[in-house]
Amino acid sequence: MGSVAQSLRKLFRGGSSSEQAPAPQPRAQARSSRRSSGLGELTRALAGRDGLCVLDIGPTSPDNIQHFTELGYKVYSEDVLLASRDCQYLTADAEGKQAVDEKRFLAENLNYAPQTFDAALCWDMADYMEEPLVKPVVARLWSVLKPGGLVLAFFHTKDAGPDAPFYRYHIAGTDNVELQLLSAGSSRNGSTAGWRLQRVFNNRHIENLFRDYANIKFFLARDNVREVLVKR
Amino acid sequence: MWKHKEEEQPEGGAGRAQGSFGVAPGRPESPRMTAPVSGTAHIGRSVLIKGELSGSEDLYLDGTVEGSIELPGNNLSVGPNGRVRAGIRARGVVIEGKVEGDIEASERVELRKTAVLTGSIVTQRVSIEDGAYFKGGVDVKRQAAPAPTATQPPRPEVKRESVAASAAASGGSSAPLPKAPLAEQKKS
Repeated sequence: MGSVAQSLRKLFRGGSSSEQAPAPQPRAQARSSRRSSGLGELTRALAGRDGLCVLDIGPTSPDNIQHFTELGYKVYSEDVLLASRDCQYLTADAEGKQAVDEKRFLAENLNYAPQTFDAALCWDMADYMEEPLVKPVVARLWSVLKPGGLVLAFFHTKDAGPDAPFYRYHIAGTDNVELQLLSAGSSRNGSTAGWRLQRVFNNRHIENLFRDYANIKFFLARDNVREVLVKR
Repeated sequence: MWKHKEEEQPEGGAGRAQGSFGVAPGRPESPRMTAPVSGTAHIGRSVLIKGELSGSEDLYLDGTVEGSIELPGNNLSVGPNGRVRAGIRARGVVIEGKVEGDIEASERVELRKTAVLTGSIVTQRVSIEDGAYFKGGVDVKRQAAPAPTATQPPRPEVKRESVAASAAASGGSSAPLPKAPLAEQKKS
C-alpha cells in the first residue's frame, strides 16, 4: 500500500526528485564546495599578521565574518551588488534611459577612509554589476585598500548566459569556498533583484580593470571560473 | 494514509538557520529573546520614541526609536516590527527588525534572518543567521586572559587549542585598528 501511495505522490508531484530533495528555500539553498587557489594564496599572504582589516563586498556571509573574526581581524561586510539595485540610485541619462548614478551610489556605499583595508573580497561581483558602476567600484576599492592590500575576485571564463547562477561565497577553510545559490535578493527598500550575468571579462579586460593596481595574478579553475588576486 | 506527513519545522527564531555561528563551545548560550517575556519591558509596535532611552531591565522593542539606547547591564531585543535609528549599548542585543546605528554589546549580538542592520558591531560574540542583511564592521573583542599574578608561576608554554583561542591569546582585536569609516568619523 505504501508503494501505491508513493506512486500517487510521484504522479502529482511530477517525479521522484521532490521526494528525495527538500523543497528549495528562496534564500537558503544547499551549498556546493570548490577549491579556491586564489583564496589559498590570499590566506597565506595574510597569515601571521595581527589586527588586519578585511572588506567583504559579496552577499552577507556569516561564515566569512566568523572566519576572519576568529583570526582576530576586523571585518566589514557590505553587499555592494544588492545595494546597487536600490532604485534610489536610478537616474535618467541623456537619452532618457534609466541608469545608475555612480556618484550618488559611491557617496553612500563603500564610504570608508582611504587605506583602511588590508584585503577585499569581491567574489564575482564585477560580472553581475551594472556597467557604469564596475570601474568606479574598482577605483574606490583601490583608494580604501592599504598599499600592498589584496583583492580577491572571481570572473566567468565562458558566457553562461544571463541566467548564469549567482552564488554567495562562504569561506570554508584556507583554500576552500562553499557556493550557495541565490535566486534573488531584496534591497533595503524592499525592491527585489534578480541576478543576471552582465558580461564576461577576458584577461585583457581584467588587466585593464585593475590597471591602477601594482600586480595581478590569475588562477584558472576547472569550473570555468578565473580567480584573480590583485595587489594594490 | 494518503496524507503526506510534513516534517515539523521549528517555529519562529527558535531554530537556528544554516550559517549562524558565534557560540563558543562549552559556553552557555544567553537567553534568546524572540518575544517579550515576563520581567522584560515591552515597547509595542505603535510606539515612537525620540530621544535617549535608558534602563536597567531587559527590553523588547517592537516599535520605533530614534536617538540612543543605553542598557549597559541588560539585553535588548528588537522585534520584527522594530525600527531603530540609534546607537545601542547593551549587554546582549538580538535583532529581528531594522536597526541603523552602531552597536556595542558587552556579551553578544545576534542577527536573526529577518534582521537588517546598518552599522558597526563591537562585542565578544556575534551570530548572524542566513538571510540577515548586514552592512558595517564587526570587531570582536575577546575577553582578555587573566594576567598571571605574583603567586602564580609563569607558564613555560602556552598551548593554543583553537584558532579562536589563539586570536584571544594574541590579543588580535586589541591591536591598533585602522581608521574608522567616514560615516563613523562624521558621527564623532
